[in-house]
Amino acid sequence: MQSGNTLTRTVLALVAVLLIGAAGFSYVSSIRSPQFAVIQALNSLALGGLLFLLASGFSLIFGLMRLANLTHGAFFMLGAYIGANILRSYDGVNLWFAMIGAGIAVAVFGGLLERFVLRQLSSNSLGQVLVTLGMSFIVADACLMIWGGDPIPVPTPAAFQSPLRVAGFMFPTYRLVVVLCAVAAAIGLYLLLERTRLGAMIRAGVDDMQMARAVGIPVSKLFTAVFMLGAGIAGAAGVLGGPIMSAYPGLDADMLPLALIVVILGGVGSLIGAFVGSFIIGFIYTFGTALLPDLAYVILFLPMIVVIAFRPQGLFGRMSA
Amino acid sequence: MATEALSVSNLHAYYGDSHVLYGVSFALEARGVLALLGRNGAGKSTCISSIMGLLPPREGEIKLFGKTISGLAPEQISKLGIGLVPQGRRIFPSLSVRENLAVAAQRQTEGDKPWTLARIYDLFPRMKERQNQLAGSLSGGEQQMLAIGRGLMGNPKVLLLDEPSEGLAPLIVQEVGRTIKRLKDEGQSIILVEQNSQLALEVADQVVILNTGECAFVGTAEEVRANDDLITQNLGIFHAH
Repeated sequence: MQSGNTLTRTVLALVAVLLIGAAGFSYVSSIRSPQFAVIQALNSLALGGLLFLLASGFSLIFGLMRLANLTHGAFFMLGAYIGANILRSYDGVNLWFAMIGAGIAVAVFGGLLERFVLRQLSSNSLGQVLVTLGMSFIVADACLMIWGGDPIPVPTPAAFQSPLRVAGFMFPTYRLVVVLCAVAAAIGLYLLLERTRLGAMIRAGVDDMQMARAVGIPVSKLFTAVFMLGAGIAGAAGVLGGPIMSAYPGLDADMLPLALIVVILGGVGSLIGAFVGSFIIGFIYTFGTALLPDLAYVILFLPMIVVIAFRPQGLFGRMSA
Repeated sequence: MATEALSVSNLHAYYGDSHVLYGVSFALEARGVLALLGRNGAGKSTCISSIMGLLPPREGEIKLFGKTISGLAPEQISKLGIGLVPQGRRIFPSLSVRENLAVAAQRQTEGDKPWTLARIYDLFPRMKERQNQLAGSLSGGEQQMLAIGRGLMGNPKVLLLDEPSEGLAPLIVQEVGRTIKRLKDEGQSIILVEQNSQLALEVADQVVILNTGECAFVGTAEEVRANDDLITQNLGIFHAH
């Protein structure tokens, strides 16, 4: 019954996205050129993929710990800088290695933050939100001090530098790789959450925290694990997005609002919601800024307002945000 | 003298500033069933929450087979051997039946016949039929069976059953009663909170009656069965005093 609803909603949302996307695509093709539309569509998908990597962790953390982690954008930026630094410092290191390294480093940072700072405030949710916001400023300033104010480019791996040519169109290969990575991460996260005992414990904690503790689920370890997982994915995503966005001051503040909109749109604590919401926002933001740069944020926030007005729990969420 | 499985002494509990339990003391004998009776608001569920660590007692001591557990976190108390079947069942609705049982599984080396998924399915065949269904879609009676099964999966030394018959059809209430008797026969120590005093007195050895946060009576089930006034004075809702 419930899973049927989720399935129906997933299919409906995907169909809606495809229809809107197709309509937008043909419109953009007609006013600009088909090649422009193809590039923008792929940019949308790549941004959507990166947003999913960011928003899925944010959403999981919020769902389990009832904590709006405003440091999440800073995790993304920190990952991007660490990855760029690894690639710059060691010759011959490939992007995947940098991603794993940055992911682990940011995960450890997140774990320490959760254990030694947020844990002390566990009964004070407003205090936690403020601390995460303050931490994001600290991280941003630290990055500025260490890596300076100039953007650090992250080179695209040589294998993905030349575009794919299919049916007369050019497809930037690396954008496709980003989308594939995001889809792979989504599948991995889904399997972790839905098919393992650990995942069932996390969902039990989201359902009823007190009861989860009463049946002996080690909620405290679970918090740290989920926080580290979310931070690590965000950090790795910063590196993955590096060849497209590079590492620059303000990257955190550019990404966090998008991730917040994704989570509000898709529903807090819902992986499917984060997935669908990310690609919706990816398309809206990319095409919005390309076609109507002056109204990009209006176009971006409009669907969010509609969702809050008519479905406050989000497309797939069960709890009201 | 039988060993004390769980002893509560001079328990004081508060919700915020309001004092709910005033020095409650009782002891459950090992392999026995202790019925905790009382009107709505008498403090029965508060007692259960305090034992489980969900509402840490402000004062007093709770011991499980001689080991102090008051002040510990609920997950530690669960690991030490207390199982909770809470009021309102509180199964995890977005987990399947099997997952509800699996997340609560804890290995305890002692005990001759530990509870496993297979033994829970044996006790409640309906749970096996519905093992892949989402628990939120079960009927009230099935959710109660699942909540009991989940409580047992931790292989508790003491099982807390908080109003297991609440809101269930008479036939299901009978099944719950039979299940409690069966668990008792297997040697499970149980604290049973019930509004349905008839059901409770059928299975209980010991009875504690709470009245506005204090123990109004502590004794054996025979004494209560032999003394109707105890029931009418402390539990009767429709009797004028």
